[in-house]
Amino acid sequence: MGWGNAVKGCDHGRSRLTYNHMVVGEGSEDRVFHALADATRRDILARVFGAGMSVSALARLYPMSFAAVQKHVAVLEQAGLVTKERRGREQIVHGVPDTLRGTVDGLMNAYEQIWRQRAGRIARILEEQS
Amino acid sequence: MTVTGTTRNTEELTLTFVTEFDATIEQVWGVWADPRKLERWWGPPTWPATFVRHEFVPTGSARYYMTGPDGTKAHGWWTITTIEAPYRLEYDDGFADDNGEPLAGDVPVHAVVTLDEVGGKTRMTVVNHFPDADTFDRLIKMGMQEGMGLALGQIDRVLSNL
Repeated sequence: MGWGNAVKGCDHGRSRLTYNHMVVGEGSEDRVFHALADATRRDILARVFGAGMSVSALARLYPMSFAAVQKHVAVLEQAGLVTKERRGREQIVHGVPDTLRGTVDGLMNAYEQIWRQRAGRIARILEEQS
Repeated sequence: MTVTGTTRNTEELTLTFVTEFDATIEQVWGVWADPRKLERWWGPPTWPATFVRHEFVPTGSARYYMTGPDGTKAHGWWTITTIEAPYRLEYDDGFADDNGEPLAGDVPVHAVVTLDEVGGKTRMTVVNHFPDADTFDRLIKMGMQEGMGLALGQIDRVLSNL
């Protein structure tokens, strides 16, 4: 099941969710999900926590152009998952753990909503029986 | 129905959901035990669930799919790890491939469901243990992309559930 389906399937439910840690503007969740939906971007993200890595060092890891890697980094940056820092001639990419923490909260919120809705449906089934 | 509370532990990645139903323990147990009842509440109206297998016994397995508005099928599985009728059910719930079989390497959500009587009502407590329990970002720091993909896969399914 793809990310596209997930985004399509949840439009009405997600608007009711509240998020604690993240300031979530309309669509920023989508940006996080979109950013993480790509295997190369997940790989980049996994490498840039801690000390960080330069864009050029990242570019050497993948069979794609520097510009393509730069584009992936930009998608991660727009989602708030990484930041870039200029160091001399290099751009150093760092991971932002708080954004993922916010995603964990989002997961929890979503799960809570699921169970609230499930409990409501169970209650209706039980009412029919009584 | 009263939702009496939810508790979340973002470090251990558990979510506890407590509800009271105006019904007997046996009736509430029935909505889990009877697949025709279960599929009426497991998925939302937009993603209804169909249980094609439901072996409601210890070590039993279940296979289900949820059908989205565009006909997309999202497959899942359970392995039942504990059954103490009508008080306690534990199961692992994970992703399946298009044939309905568990995805290799999938890390399931473990759920513990307990029912008890409180003042003539039945209290249902569901504790969800998310995979990768020691936090999401540690996995990422360790560079376990696949592990992260699975955790994100859970979000994917959570969203498709809404």
